[in-house]
This record gives sequence, structure tokens and C-alpha cells, in this order.
Amino acid sequence: MSSIDTEATISYEEVLESFDPVMGLEVHVELGTNTKMFCGCATEFGAEPNTQVCPVCLGLPGALPVVNEKAVESAIRIGLALNCEIAQWCRFARKNYFYPDMPKNFQTSQYDEPIAFEGYLDVDLDDGSTYRVEIERAHMEEDTGKSLHVGGSTGRIHGATHSLVDYNRAGIPLIEIVTKPLRGAGERAPEIARAYVATLRDLLKALDVSDVKMEQGSMRCDVNLSLMPKGSTTLGTRTETKNVNSLRSVERAVRYEMCRHGAILQAGGSILQETRHWHEDTGVTTSGRPKSDADDYRYFPEPDLVPVAPPQERVEELRATLPEPPAQRRKRLQSDWGFSDLEMRDVLNAGLVDLIGSTVEAGATPAGARKWWSGEIARRANTDGAVDVATYAVERGITPAHVVELEGLVKGGRLNDSMARQVWEGVLDGEGTPTAVADARGLELVQDDGALEAAVDTVIAANPEVAQKVRDGKVQAAGALIGQVMKEMKGQADAGKAREIILAKLTG
Amino acid sequence: MTTDLTRASASELADLLASGETSSVEVTRALLARTHDVDTDVHAYLHVDHDGALASARDVDERRGRGEALHQLAGVPIAVKDVLATKGLPTTCGSKILEGWVPPYDATVVARLREAGMPILGKTNMDEFAMGSSTEHSAYGPTRNPWDLDRIPGGSGGGSSAVVASFQAPLAIGTDTGGSIRQPAAVTGTVGTKPTYGGVSRYGLVALASSLDQAGPCTRTVLDAALLHEVIGGHDPMDSTSIDAPVPPVVEAARRADVKGMKIGIVRELTGDGFQAGVQARFDESVQHLVDAGAEVVEVSCPSFTAALAAYYLILPSEASSNLAKFDAMRFGLRVLPEGVDAPSAEQVMAATRDAGFGDEVKRRIILGTYALSSGYYDAYYGSAQKVRRLIADDFARAFETADVLVSPTAPTTAFRFGDKIDDPMAMYLNDIATIPANLAGVPGMSLPSGLADEDGLPAGFQILAPAAADDRLYAVGAALEQRLLASWGGPLLNRAPHLTNASIASADATAGATTSADVTKGEGA
Ligand SMILES: [Zn+2]
Repeated sequence: MSSIDTEATISYEEVLESFDPVMGLEVHVELGTNTKMFCGCATEFGAEPNTQVCPVCLGLPGALPVVNEKAVESAIRIGLALNCEIAQWCRFARKNYFYPDMPKNFQTSQYDEPIAFEGYLDVDLDDGSTYRVEIERAHMEEDTGKSLHVGGSTGRIHGATHSLVDYNRAGIPLIEIVTKPLRGAGERAPEIARAYVATLRDLLKALDVSDVKMEQGSMRCDVNLSLMPKGSTTLGTRTETKNVNSLRSVERAVRYEMCRHGAILQAGGSILQETRHWHEDTGVTTSGRPKSDADDYRYFPEPDLVPVAPPQERVEELRATLPEPPAQRRKRLQSDWGFSDLEMRDVLNAGLVDLIGSTVEAGATPAGARKWWSGEIARRANTDGAVDVATYAVERGITPAHVVELEGLVKGGRLNDSMARQVWEGVLDGEGTPTAVADARGLELVQDDGALEAAVDTVIAANPEVAQKVRDGKVQAAGALIGQVMKEMKGQADAGKAREIILAKLTG
Repeated sequence: MTTDLTRASASELADLLASGETSSVEVTRALLARTHDVDTDVHAYLHVDHDGALASARDVDERRGRGEALHQLAGVPIAVKDVLATKGLPTTCGSKILEGWVPPYDATVVARLREAGMPILGKTNMDEFAMGSSTEHSAYGPTRNPWDLDRIPGGSGGGSSAVVASFQAPLAIGTDTGGSIRQPAAVTGTVGTKPTYGGVSRYGLVALASSLDQAGPCTRTVLDAALLHEVIGGHDPMDSTSIDAPVPPVVEAARRADVKGMKIGIVRELTGDGFQAGVQARFDESVQHLVDAGAEVVEVSCPSFTAALAAYYLILPSEASSNLAKFDAMRFGLRVLPEGVDAPSAEQVMAATRDAGFGDEVKRRIILGTYALSSGYYDAYYGSAQKVRRLIADDFARAFETADVLVSPTAPTTAFRFGDKIDDPMAMYLNDIATIPANLAGVPGMSLPSGLADEDGLPAGFQILAPAAADDRLYAVGAALEQRLLASWGGPLLNRAPHLTNASIASADATAGATTSADVTKGEGA
């Protein structure tokens, strides 16, 4: 067997010259319920294979499903958060096909009666604009088991001698969120795809319905993509790229498929409607199972379950439990905190919103919170390979209270800015609280005005030209003198006070 | 005179056990001995749990000895159709594909029997996956009708009706998807009830057609059916289609047996043409008995019933094709490796197993159902069938505006001979013409014996249908009719059944097929 054949692609610019992409994103989210969709089995990730199973999720003869009410409520909350309509009455359906990791050889899902439909999610893009992703539906279904192919290369079924199936995952509640075909994205298609999945992830996290860990598969994305020749209104043939499991991969997979489709179409070929597999390592997709509209799952309403009919009052109760939408929350915080767009974006990209929020709540200024959480600690977290600053801080016992204390020391006149930086480094080094670090390192501004005045006099005498500029009204030239004074005082002076004395002496 | 424990009804046994005149072990032994004597001929059982039944009989006797409060039916043994999961006991559904499968859990119905302290004698024979009206489709050979060993005992639950009719058990559990409790009851001279859909939990009932299946009692008397109905009925959180309401007062209704002022509706579409003369005659007499008991007769029309059979044979195979998909050799049951394939894929093993493990009738219905659900055909077949189903429910609703219960002969004919209809599925399907509408509409139905048809001397059945959740009406009408019929017969109809002897065993073994009745002596008690 040769390794994966790399297919021809054209450059992204070439694609955009001739084609418009049309995307559809299907995101599967495992709900964080304690029990499975249709039985009482536990849902814990990473348990011994086939230890979280029962007659129902093993599909033993005679066993019957019972709907997990908590999962239905999560589905409704997700639907509401996605601005969807909630079905007053809907049913589950059986999707029939044979596969060893499907215990019943049908998946209990929803077909033409989803619990939520016709919604949207607004996605903020890097250039500050907003793209509205139309949501077609969000429906409930159960996950399948997991096949492990043994004996072949890299766990693939091809060449395997046998397969093992773990049914722990079978029956875990899933919500599948399907967008409408997204048109008009143009060159921003990859960015929109990534931003949509990221925004959705934040939303689901805020809803507390899933741990949305893409790397563990609790959030999985399938990318449908086709190209339309520019000016055409007919949709092209699409491919469905499965299991694109990181934000970066979502962006790359869209871009790759655009370039691959472009190459085929430009050469006069036609796209094969098929499922494709994304390879994170090589950044390409390879052909999977041909998929045609002839795939017939023989859907019919699940006769073992009664319809789901959430009363309107219950839906309204659930609506009242929705958290502030992340995008709205971000806008509110930016304005509360007085951050510029650029500052806010940096804070968002660094994942500092919550940390700054709790630090401000603890009594720090927004600017102070942003300054201390995004400087040295971010550099160290990055060097350390930590997931993010918040995790890094938690691991080292560094809390918002430390920032509040540090800021207090500056405000109270004990530390100047450069001393505060040294103290913060001490805190990050694990030397204790800011006060303890300042004490241990003997960091304290000199409060004796006489020493400071003497230092100012020395500096003025040594820099007559600069002093003259200040006398002539060039107040900003005082900065150079302040620097000299600080040097003279070995950094242990209050720069503000030095400035006051200098100005008093030269202009007063 | 000592009571023949095998011929006593469940309620009689309950009294004897309560008064200490007999023990559960004694009753269980007597029934197991009867099975030893007659079941080689009848073949009602697929599996007899000799030791298990005696162990639970012993347990209940001990508890009674200690003065524990026991359920009324505690110690009364029972047989269970092999379509219900029984922990530790093989469950085959009459199919090779489940040969050797021992469920790790009990169906809710079975759990309730155990809770009540009822020893489970064994698992009864059935058409494979409950598909049939004769038990000829059992992969383990047919059950024979105790009235005539050349004839079918009905189906799919022929084992449960025959086990009761041949005095091997006073009670049995059956399941009814289109008549599988009521039609066997009719052709064996016994009583059978299909409760309201959702009245009895389906958890652990290996599904044929989920929206139609319902477990219920198979007995020799109406009161026994009511007593058993009460044990197995009621809400089960494991079955979301189970009704969250108390069991209707069936026992009280059976005891009162009062039909004064009740309106009995005769369904025009379920009488006359197509019904055997002797069956029709016994039906007409039974209606007269009810009039004599104070009921009023009205005629009702249910025009959509004529389309019931067609709708049923689309809905049932559709659901069955999906329900039976799980039998794939991957996790339980039979596993057959394809011949001449070196390293077969899972798909090849599935195909080989399903090919070898399913019988022809099962395959026929899987193919039918797969076709009916296919895109492009769904609306025309499954969709239309669902519309017919609604029309039938509407017909019932209208009929119940003028009648308290509806009545008809249970099956068009008495028991037919083995082989008569096996190659003619349509003729076989027509057996259920009168029973199917109740399943499609989810309403309860009962069959009880109406007498013997003049032309062949075989039992005929009288069917009563009631509105959903009004199962008690079946028992009021059934018990009133039973009283009058017993008086007219001078004793139970089954007293007229041939006497099955020990002597019959050897020759029945020798002939093995389903064609001998030479060793049956006719006319005991007649
Ligand atoms: Zn489970």
C-alpha cells in the first residue's frame, strides 16, 4: 500500500477568481448529562471498555428506550440560545443501517421533526464585522459505539485482522446542529467556519450543557463544501469532510477542500459526492465512502418512544435560565471596562475575559487587571506550554486577589510601576503574596522628600540644557530628568513625586 | 374425592394454597408430571424449567409457612411465551437465531410474576418472532392442538394456549400483535386477553411490531385472566409507552359479571360472509345469552375494518424489519461464518447469520417491511397504512358512542389442519381479520370459548372489544357469558376435549411429524 495519495489543488487565490464557496457545517455535541440518552448508564469519558452498558444501550432483545428528560431540556436550551423555534410536538425516528458499533442497527435520532429549527448565530470576525450563520435545525440523537480496528496500520479498518467495539459511548446523548448552506462567504469562508465553531463552543460552554472538548470528541464538526462558478446560482456537488476536530482544522479543511474542488473543476472534472476524512497531520482530506442521495436510511417514527411535547411554560422557564449570549456579554464587558477594540480582541484571543472579570469584581481596575494578566504571566504560560493563562494561574495558586493587592500597593504609594513588576515576578516565582514579596525583596519607595529633593538638584545641575528646555515650557522634557532622578535613587523613588518637585523647581 | 390439581383453575388453586389444602410444590410437581406425560405430543413448551419452578414453589411455601403476607396468586405456577426475556432461562422467540441465548435480565412482566411468587414452569412455543397464526413457523417444530393433534393450536402463541388447554399450566403469558393471544384461545377453547396498548409493560418483550405488541393472560376462565391481568398490568417507567394509570378494575368486573343495561355492538363487517357456519352459530347463541343476561344488542358499522389487514401487513413488517435488525451475530445469539470465505468481514458474518438463522416467514416480512419503508415508497405504503390506522381508530370511536363493547367471532374458522395454509400466506393472514383492528387502534380485546362448531366439533371463539383503558368491560361481559355457557354445557368446555394419554407418547415420537392423532381417546366427560 502506498501512503495517502495527495490530490491536486490550486491556489486559494485561483479558487476565488473563479468560484464562490458554499458551506454547510454540522456539529455534533455530546451532552454532559450524567446518564445516557435512553437508559441510566453513566457517561463518564475514558472508562474501561464496555463497563458503562446495560440491556438498553447494548440493544439486547426486548429492551426499550426511555428519553432522558435532562437531555431534552439541554436540547431546548441550546435551541433557544441559537434563536431557534422549539417544536411543540416532535418525535424521534429510527435511522436504519447496519454497522457493528450500532447495537440495534438503527440509530434513534430525529428526522423531519427536530426539537429546534430556524435559528441563527451571529459570529464576530477579525475585521470587526459580524456574519450571521443561519441554523437549519438542532436535533437529538444517540451516539454509536466506538470501533477499534486491530492489526492494520494506524487503526484503520483496511488491513485490520479484527475489530473490537466499545459500547460505552453507545447511547450518549448528542445534539446535532446543522447550518443552512452558507453563501456569500467568499474568501472569508475558512475564517467564518472557524469563528462559527468557536462561537458555538463558547455558547455551549456558557450554557453548561457540554464540556465541548474537541480533542476528546465531545464536539465534532463535519464540513460540507461545494463550489459555485462565479455568477452561477446552481449549487455544485458537495463533499462531506468528517470529524474535523479542532478549530484550526476546521479552517484548514475548508480551505483545502476549496482548493481541491477548484483544481478538479478547473480541469473540467466533476466532484464526486462522497464522505472525506480529514488528516490533521498532513492537512489533506482523503476519499471515504461514496455517499449518494440513494443512501436510504428508511427513517420512520420511533414506535418505542412517545412524542416529545414540551409545554410552552416549561420552554419559557428554560429560556429564563439562558446565560447572556457570549457575544453580547463581550460587548457589554468591553464597554464596562473601557477597552479599545484592539485591547478587547487581544484579551479574547488570550482567553482572559473570565479572569479579568473576576479580578475586576475582586476590586482591581480593568486596565490593571488586563495589564497584569496579559504581560509576564502570559509569556511564562506560553513558554510552559500551558493551555491558557487561567489554567496556568490556577495551577500555581495565583489569584485575582493577588492582582488586587499588587494594585493596592502601587496606589498606596509603596511601589512604583517598575517595583510592582519585580514584585509580580516574585509572585509568579512562587515567593508569596505581593506584600510578602515586596517585604522579602525590600522593595519600597523612599518616602523621605529631602533625599528626593537632593537628587533632583543633582540631576538639574548635571543637565542644564534639559533643565532650560523645561523652563522654556517644554514640560515633556521633564521625563528625561525624572529618569535620571530614578536612577540616582536606585529606582526606589516615586516618579510622580519626582516630577512634581522638578516642575516646582524649574517652572514654579 | 381429591381435586385434580392440573385441572383446577388458578383462583381455585389460590384458595387451596391459602387454606393449606395443598402446597405450591405439590401443584408444581403435578403440572410438571402432566407435562412429562403429554407434552411430547402437544409440544407446547420449548423449555421446561423443572428445577427453577420447584425451587420458587418451595420458596413460596416456606414463606407461607412463616406467615408472610403473600400475593393472592403466590404459588400458582405459570408458563411464559418464549418471546419474553427471562433472566437465566433461554429465550429463543421460536427462532434459530436466538438458540442458546440466555437473557441477563427479566422482562417487567416476568419480574412481576416472580414478585408475586408465581413459579415459572417454562417457556412456550410460538411462531418465529410471533409471525404466524399456527406455530408452524416455529423453528423448533409446531405445537399441536390438544383437541386434535392434527390441527394447529393457533398462533403465534399456540404454545401458551395449548399449555393451558392441555392442563400443563393453569395460566400462561401470551403476546398479541394481531391476535396472537385471542386466536389461539379461540381454537383451543381457552380464554385470552389482549389488554389496552400500554396497559402491560413491553419492557423485555422481544418486539415484533412495537406499536402493536401487547402481553396478556392466557387462561381457562375469565376470572383467572382478570387475576393475572392485575398482576402484570400497570405503569412501568422502563416502557415509555406504558400508561401511567392504575389497572382498570378487571377482577371486580369479572366477579360481578354484570351486563344489565350494557349495549353490545355487533360489528357488521365482522360477521356473516367468510365465517364458518358453526363459528357463526355459536356466536349468535352467545349474543342471545348476553341478551338473556340483560344486555341490549345494537349493530354498528366499522367500514375501515375491511382495510385493516392490508394496513397491518405494512405496519407490522415495517416495524419488524427494523426491530429484527439487531439480530446480527455481533453481541448475542447465533453466529454463522460464511462458507468459503477466509477472513470474513462483519458484514459477511451478519449476512450469513441472518440467512441461516431466520426462517422464511421472517425473511418474507423483513423484505416486505424494508421495501415499504424505502424512500419513494414510504408515503404510498407506510404512510397510507398509518392513515388507515387512524380511520380504524375513528371507526372504533364512533362505534363506542353507541355501544359499550363490540363483539364478533374471534377467528373466522375453527382450528385448521397442519399444512393447510402454510404455503398460502394470504389465507394464513386472513385468520386474524377480526382480531387485527384492536391492535391497530390500541383497544383491548378478549376471546372466550363460545362452544363447539357443529361441523367439526372444534372450539369456536367469541371476541369482546372495549374502548382503550376500559378493559374491565371485557371481563364483565366475558364473565357473564361464561356463566351462562357453563350452565348450558354442564361444565367447562375443555371437559369435552379428548383425553391425552401416556400411551400416546411413544407413537407420537415415532411419527415425529404433525400428522397423528391416532392415540388420542375422544370424549372424556362428554
Ligand atoms: Zn445503558
